[in-house]
Amino acid sequence: MIEIQNIHKSFGDNHVLRGIDAKFEAGKISLIIGGSGSGKSTLLKCMVGLHAPEQGKVLYHGEDFTRMNFEDRIPIRKEIGMLFQNSALFDSMTVEQNIIFPLDMFTEMSRSEKVDRANFCLERVNLAGRNKLYPAELSGGMKKRVGIARAISMSPKYLFVDEPNSGLDPETAILIDELIAELTAEYQCTTVVVTHDMNSVMGIGDYILFLYKGQKWWEGSNKDIAHTDVKELNNFVFASRFMKAAKERL
Amino acid sequence: MFFTYFGQYLLLLKSVFKRPEKWRMYWKEIIHEMNEIGVGSLGLIGIISTFVGAVMTMQIAFQLVSDLIPSSVIGQINRDSSILELSPTITALVLAGKVGSSISSQIGSMRVTEQIDALEIMGINAPGYLILPKILAGITMIPALVVISIFLALTGGLIGGALSGAVTPVDYINGITDGFIGYTVAVALVKAFVFGFIITSVSAFKGFYVRGGALEVGQASTRGVVISCIAILAVDYVVTSLML
Repeated sequence: MIEIQNIHKSFGDNHVLRGIDAKFEAGKISLIIGGSGSGKSTLLKCMVGLHAPEQGKVLYHGEDFTRMNFEDRIPIRKEIGMLFQNSALFDSMTVEQNIIFPLDMFTEMSRSEKVDRANFCLERVNLAGRNKLYPAELSGGMKKRVGIARAISMSPKYLFVDEPNSGLDPETAILIDELIAELTAEYQCTTVVVTHDMNSVMGIGDYILFLYKGQKWWEGSNKDIAHTDVKELNNFVFASRFMKAAKERL
Repeated sequence: MFFTYFGQYLLLLKSVFKRPEKWRMYWKEIIHEMNEIGVGSLGLIGIISTFVGAVMTMQIAFQLVSDLIPSSVIGQINRDSSILELSPTITALVLAGKVGSSISSQIGSMRVTEQIDALEIMGINAPGYLILPKILAGITMIPALVVISIFLALTGGLIGGALSGAVTPVDYINGITDGFIGYTVAVALVKAFVFGFIITSVSAFKGFYVRGGALEVGQASTRGVVISCIAILAVDYVVTSLML
């Protein structure tokens, strides 16, 4: 479980996060949603330690991650898998080398064990046999799936996903969502997804945190979201005519 | 402003020289970088050094037209100029452009595509993994390139002198061997070592802190080259005044 308490983050005069509190449960998919500039990605980066919040705490199973130095964070970081918005695969490495990289750095597995693990992860994301391709040879959806394969190579306890569906066609986007849901159930990991894709919100959102102007504006599940009367949330979720019509039918 | 950047540079170096997570992984990178910096620059340095040596011989001969000065002096002047100044400095300035811009743009691209963030999230010391192999490769391969450059500049001088008729090969070889002081090579190697450190670390620093996109990566690369060149010339003066 991850708990965040009173997170504040500014960039110069721009106060991006204004005291966010939330709990993200293990084995569930938590979504952070909100409009552009609402602070979703900044919150995610504060949670994984890429940004240092000015105030507040990020607790991993009760341990205060924000107060730890680089060395103390390493054991927790080894349990973190992250999929970036643009996948962030290492250009100079093949698909297999990308997946093996964390194993090379942090385990004493033999070469064949590492290749077996890479093959298992690639099969898990339906990319078996693509080991020797370079990231430049992959489509956007394949890159995301390799990113997921790399994220699960160390069997993570915490899975962070930044905009998994951006730039993907609806069908591939749903496949990625399903994959995230399956992996969360399989590894019983705490999964936190930043998104503004409404299919994801309705499809996999066990817990949804809605940010508005850097504040926690609403929280609940995908079942609650259709019946809320919070104006800002409704404006965000049911922005399109199609979604408005769908809500009226509910 | 200067002190802010210099402080940031020193803090980055502190992170670079932390104990590596796994030496085997770093060793692989060091060998790769040595190949990129050393072997990859050999052709360019070879061509430049040979021509500089040849041109230097002809220009020295042109300036020393006198029956009172033996032509072997041309070899001596070319030798000392090449060892003490031309080979280390020209090699370093050329490499600041070739290797430095490559390092800045490589690390800068990794920054803007979140690859450095990915390393940090995995628990890897990104400055150490990305920059330490480049610095170690720079401080070993650039002195090696300077030694090769000295040899080729002297060979170029021999060929240039013979082809132009400015000095005979026998006089030239007498000149470069007569009164040779080994200490001058030590000065050249010290310069090359420091230049290697400057080229790799300054370029890596500019790339590591890039913010933005492709445009900013290009700008950081250019700044890295400019700062490296100025630093090379300033350090050249300091090392020369300390050692000679």
